[in-house]
Amino acid sequence: MPLVTIDDIPVEVPEGTTILEAARMIGGDIVPPAMCYYSKLKTSGGYCRTCIVKVEQGSAKDPRPMPKPVASCRTTVMDGMVVRNITSPENLEARAGVVEMLLINHPLDCPVCDQAGECHLQDLGYEHGKEETRFEFPRREFEPIDIGENIKLHMNRCILCYRCVKVADQITDGRCHGVVNRGEAAEISTYIEKAIDNDFSGNVIDVCPVGALTDRTFRFKSRVWYTKPVDAHRDCAKCCGKVRLWNQGEEVLRVTARKDKWGEVEDTADGSTAWICNECRFDKKHINDWTIEGPSKIDRHSVISANHYETTLRNIKADTIKMMGSKPHGDKVTLGTGALDPNNIH
Amino acid sequence: MSKKLLLKNDHVPYINKLSVYREHGGYSVLEKTLKNTSPENVLEEVKKSGLRGRGGAGFPTGLKWSFLARPEGVPRYLVCNADESEPGTFKDRYLMERIPHLLVEGMILSSFALGANTSYIYIRGEYFYVARILEQAIEEAYAAGLLGKNILGSGFNHDCYVQVGAGAYICGEETALLESLEGKRGNPRIKPPFPAVAGLYGCPTVVNNVETIAAIVPIIEMGGEEYAKIGVGKSTGTKLISASGHINNPGVYEIELGVPVEEFIYSAQYCGGIRGGRKLKAVVAGGSSVPILPTELILKTANGEPRLMSYESLGDGGFATGTMLGSGGFIVMDEDTSIVKNLYTFARFYHHESCGQCSPCREGTGWMEKILHKILEGHGTLKDIDLLWDIQSKIEGKTICPLGEAAAWPVAAAIRHFRSEFEDYVTNPESIKDIKHYYRLQN
Repeated sequence: MPLVTIDDIPVEVPEGTTILEAARMIGGDIVPPAMCYYSKLKTSGGYCRTCIVKVEQGSAKDPRPMPKPVASCRTTVMDGMVVRNITSPENLEARAGVVEMLLINHPLDCPVCDQAGECHLQDLGYEHGKEETRFEFPRREFEPIDIGENIKLHMNRCILCYRCVKVADQITDGRCHGVVNRGEAAEISTYIEKAIDNDFSGNVIDVCPVGALTDRTFRFKSRVWYTKPVDAHRDCAKCCGKVRLWNQGEEVLRVTARKDKWGEVEDTADGSTAWICNECRFDKKHINDWTIEGPSKIDRHSVISANHYETTLRNIKADTIKMMGSKPHGDKVTLGTGALDPNNIH
Repeated sequence: MSKKLLLKNDHVPYINKLSVYREHGGYSVLEKTLKNTSPENVLEEVKKSGLRGRGGAGFPTGLKWSFLARPEGVPRYLVCNADESEPGTFKDRYLMERIPHLLVEGMILSSFALGANTSYIYIRGEYFYVARILEQAIEEAYAAGLLGKNILGSGFNHDCYVQVGAGAYICGEETALLESLEGKRGNPRIKPPFPAVAGLYGCPTVVNNVETIAAIVPIIEMGGEEYAKIGVGKSTGTKLISASGHINNPGVYEIELGVPVEEFIYSAQYCGGIRGGRKLKAVVAGGSSVPILPTELILKTANGEPRLMSYESLGDGGFATGTMLGSGGFIVMDEDTSIVKNLYTFARFYHHESCGQCSPCREGTGWMEKILHKILEGHGTLKDIDLLWDIQSKIEGKTICPLGEAAAWPVAAAIRHFRSEFEDYVTNPESIKDIKHYYRLQN
């Protein structure tokens, strides 16, 4: 098995593992952030460039460094490879550049965005972004469109990660949405704003790392940190029926698939990915539709779910990376302990 | 007199017709090769010739061919990259327009060496009329038994198709070209795997520039060793240069690699000097994406040696004081030229042509264009110049394909060599209202 060293931590991984997956096996701060890579979707990754790392030594056989930073999600490890992520200031600088690029045309409308609190771009901005923008021109704008009665597309917020395109390609039949136009004008769209009509189309909402694709049945109902997520299941003929309910009191505000600590949909016991169907997602909004298993374990390091939102605000000018360093990622926060309690957020 | 290999018959009337082309020795190399030589020998001759890719990167062609995977039972493809879209480059168009059969002959010869039974010529959408010329040539070749089954009784089968693109610079990037050829959106693929292993339809594929493939014909005709004697050092053979800009004789020239740049610009045989007897200000030596160089650095290297038209000499000094031969798009600018305005034109082009797949290029190219526009309009600040420099450094090397670099290099080079001009635009916008007047005063 190839032995790879990431930020001075050696790890042995199976043949064909990517640098990003190897880093996830080590865990902690050295895991590069990934906005477009999604391990459950084939050929995803490589587009956003946030996961770039410096390869100091290509392999034991060919110790030359790689001339450019590489996308860790799409580069497989070689035996004897030496990778630098957070121990290379140069690499962090390059990543900050990518984060800046992702944000210059983003509307930064977090206060009115449904994704706030569980948005990967928000986390990325807090951890790797700068306090001020250097972009002084009007931002790119698109009109929000409804693609079907349940999904809202806000192209302004999109970072063109292609995840939803891969979902449409790989887990739904009769794909009718993709990327139109090119360059800065490129947008996710359906053919002449055609509705997406498919049993599994709702999964595009789950894979969207930002607030570009949101659930119209949940829009503006609540903020995500005011809801209590519980794991639940039902017998469903179309999908695995294992979901996460986001409740307020007895009311089911939203149904999503269950996600792991990387923000990806979890695997079921048989190893397949637990995508859920539109019936479970949009139509079963009554608590009696579901068998409740118990509170969900929120295993993500989101600035809001990990409850250091206030700290971040207070130290907004401090070096965010240094600050995050003292708080290991993957902090387990169990619901009910107050992490998402509205009373804790002022 | 310079040596002409590719364009030796370009002025023969009706050379685009098969009969005329054959009268001038056309397809004789193919006939001899199919009769007497093995594919391995052709590959060997190409290796010996030291031919380097003429599309811009200058990668040794023989080496590229030897990387081609040859698994049993899987077809191999040759794809000709005729998506010539780099601003300042128009050599392939001239070649295909004048002597289409040279390319067709090169395609068959190369395919024979690679064991490819199918080849494609992917031509940019704007060259639709050239595509028609190529199609006519291919039709003639089929009728004469030079294409199709059992070519000239050799047992070698080959089909050649022309595919017209839809007008995207990005489709000149080889993997985007393959995607487009497969009928998909022309987005570059993430490498590895390289086309030599998994290219068109997942099969091993070689993608070569028009000029590279055409050069195979004279190489096989004269032998690789003889070809390698032409040129200088590792820059062997002849190269087509598209000369444009403020020169007396713009056009396509075939030069022996190693001609001094000064001779190329001022000799009557080539560019014929600067229009109106004005002074030379700067040259973009290899198509819009390569770094621009001011007079003192394009005529002589930093060491004071004369700069030659070759891969090595133009690259001498790295990007600090050198540039690249690139695709041979030689753009000459005289003393009246505004570098900032020129850079804005380039930046607008790359912004327009970015595919939008990866973030630094999608967002950065537009940002650079906006800042340059602001500076041009006289609203810039000195900080904007530093910001431009920073943005280009954040794009370069961070993207999926080389379009990021192509967009970043011209910006970096213009600031590196002409910073004072940018500063003038910022600090004294009034003085640049009359560009001509302003620049005359400078000299």
